Amino acid sequence: MSEQLNFEVPTMAELLAKGEEPEILFWVGCAGSYDERAQKTTRDICKILHHVGMKYAVLGTEESCTGDPAKRAGNEFLFQMQAMTNIEVLNAYNIKKIVTGCPHCFNTIKNEYPGLGGTYEVIHHTQLIQDLINDGKLKAEGGESFKGRKITYHDPCYLGRGNDVYEAPRKALEALDAQLVEMKRCKSNGLCCGAGGAQMFKEPEKGNKDINIERIEEALETQPQVIAASCPFCMTMLRDGVKLKDQDKNVQVLDIAEITARANGL
Amino acid sequence: MVLQILFIAIALAGVALFSYNLKKVIRNIRIGKAANRTDQPQKRMMTMVKVALGQTKMFFRPIPAFLHLIVYAGFVIINIEVLEIMIDGIFGTHRVFGGMGALYNFLIASFEILALGVWLGCAIFLIRRNIIKLKRFSGVEMKGWPKSDANYILITEILLMTAFLVMNAADAKLQAMGAAHYTTVGSFPVSQFLMNLLPNTEGALIAIERGCWWFHIVGIFGFLNYLPYSKHFHIMFAFPNTYFSNLEPKGEFSNMQSVTNEVKAMLDPSFTPPEAEAGKFGAKDVNDLTWVNLMNAYTCTECGRCTSVCPANITGKLLSPRKIMMDTRDRLEEVGKNIDKTGNGFDDGKSLIDSYISREEIWACTSCNACTQACPINIDPLAIITELRRYAVMEESQAPASINAMLGNIENNGAPWKYSPADRLNWAKES
Repeated sequence: MSEQLNFEVPTMAELLAKGEEPEILFWVGCAGSYDERAQKTTRDICKILHHVGMKYAVLGTEESCTGDPAKRAGNEFLFQMQAMTNIEVLNAYNIKKIVTGCPHCFNTIKNEYPGLGGTYEVIHHTQLIQDLINDGKLKAEGGESFKGRKITYHDPCYLGRGNDVYEAPRKALEALDAQLVEMKRCKSNGLCCGAGGAQMFKEPEKGNKDINIERIEEALETQPQVIAASCPFCMTMLRDGVKLKDQDKNVQVLDIAEITARANGL
Repeated sequence: MVLQILFIAIALAGVALFSYNLKKVIRNIRIGKAANRTDQPQKRMMTMVKVALGQTKMFFRPIPAFLHLIVYAGFVIINIEVLEIMIDGIFGTHRVFGGMGALYNFLIASFEILALGVWLGCAIFLIRRNIIKLKRFSGVEMKGWPKSDANYILITEILLMTAFLVMNAADAKLQAMGAAHYTTVGSFPVSQFLMNLLPNTEGALIAIERGCWWFHIVGIFGFLNYLPYSKHFHIMFAFPNTYFSNLEPKGEFSNMQSVTNEVKAMLDPSFTPPEAEAGKFGAKDVNDLTWVNLMNAYTCTECGRCTSVCPANITGKLLSPRKIMMDTRDRLEEVGKNIDKTGNGFDDGKSLIDSYISREEIWACTSCNACTQACPINIDPLAIITELRRYAVMEESQAPASINAMLGNIENNGAPWKYSPADRLNWAKES
């Protein structure tokens, strides 16, 4: 498979054994670790980190769920058990800066861990990409051209409204010279994909429509070639929606990290 | 003299009754648990000025925002006129500020234009609700009293403004006729057009002028006392509600300190938790919510901006964030009445969950924060939904089966799905 990595992904344990510290910890998240589609995004984030020569590491098998779905579902015990265990690991490795592949992990570690003893600089991978572009370390060249292609971006709730990150993902897309088209409900008025608040793990309540269908209809109205996502849960919901609308041949759903990696031929 | 005494009696009774009811509302809000919302006073003040006074969040929808701004400005500014009415009423004077000359004329002219604006604004609001029947104003929770409440408010405001303008028209006509006591003051750009509709006899005009004057001021005291029973309470509560609103990122849910102590004790046997306060996890009833949640409920004016952006509601689910707020207020009022009757508010066999808000509603929420973003006065329905979920899960272990399975997976293998922790890094190795 072309997505296979031609380099080793360093773990914190390995770095510690060598007496080294990374510049940034890549928090992969459960979806990024286990979900087949999200794994691609995870590998692409690693490719970007590797490409720019940033010293990074992952926790590997020492990572565990942040506790986000437990907290949103109302199980504060389980959340805090997870949080404190993770904080112990992170603090033991003296972690200062974290990049996450998922807005839910991002929100939880950034906002809810400090009160439990875990204070880190936390950024989402779209912010990392924006920073790298701003610093001139990452360009959109040497790979697939997105020039003039119609891309619409779906704001994940926990990145957008939850933490007011609206610009970073758009900046990353602007670097592609693509044609960015906004949906009617975007940014602070963005419509949820339907997966948040632990909905990902249950059947929806009775209604007249699934939320991801409502969203995908709106996305398709912009007649995009690519629907850009930046959350593994949104990715699942949007892809399901595109398939149900029989549009999976015409419209790709891609994470911003994937788009960036492709544009750079990584 | 008799009229002056009558006026003072009505004014005192109006203010006294309102204070009595307001005290009860504050008592009800204090049923809620403590919440620390006094940090960062400067930022809080700025939020209040921007969101409540400046109505910045209203302008996301420009048409109602514009109409609302006129009604709001009219309401606030015409109150200067009420001050004059109060002084006239107490001392038996007539247009006591008239001595200000040109400034007075300017003020009265502005009030008249605003009064017309309020009149038209309210008329358009009534049309939007009752003739165009905007979807935002419908929904299961908007039947019966809430629907009437909205119309009563609008009709009352129209009547008050009509009385104000007719009073001025009669006054202007009396002034033109040179009637005693009616010195020539004021400028009447709007009510001059009503003058021809009024009778020409001095007696009839005085009756109309006095009648409207009394109707206007008694109406205002009546309206003041209507507030505690109405969604219109927002004209007062919008200010404290925005001042005490959440300043943290919307995505952040509060960490429960009571749980932190227990978890710390579990992970570290040497940790001795501080004396735990008695109470349950999450909220079964209104007394398990914080005073901020309860103040939110009294502040809600049922505009439905939250519900109209809620992804669950849009796709036909039962959940409506507006209903969450209305249910919370209804239950709190019921508890308050129970306290008045028996001293105990909670032995009626009812609770906020199940008696008012169903499980189906709380589990339909995606926690997307569209509702909190949309609220023009920073009400937070999501905080209440979260507390109800916490109660259902931690006190009752009653969650949908698939949620329980997900929680079990996190507990057993550190991921919401059933995968082995040993396989966590496979993505880096597999082809």
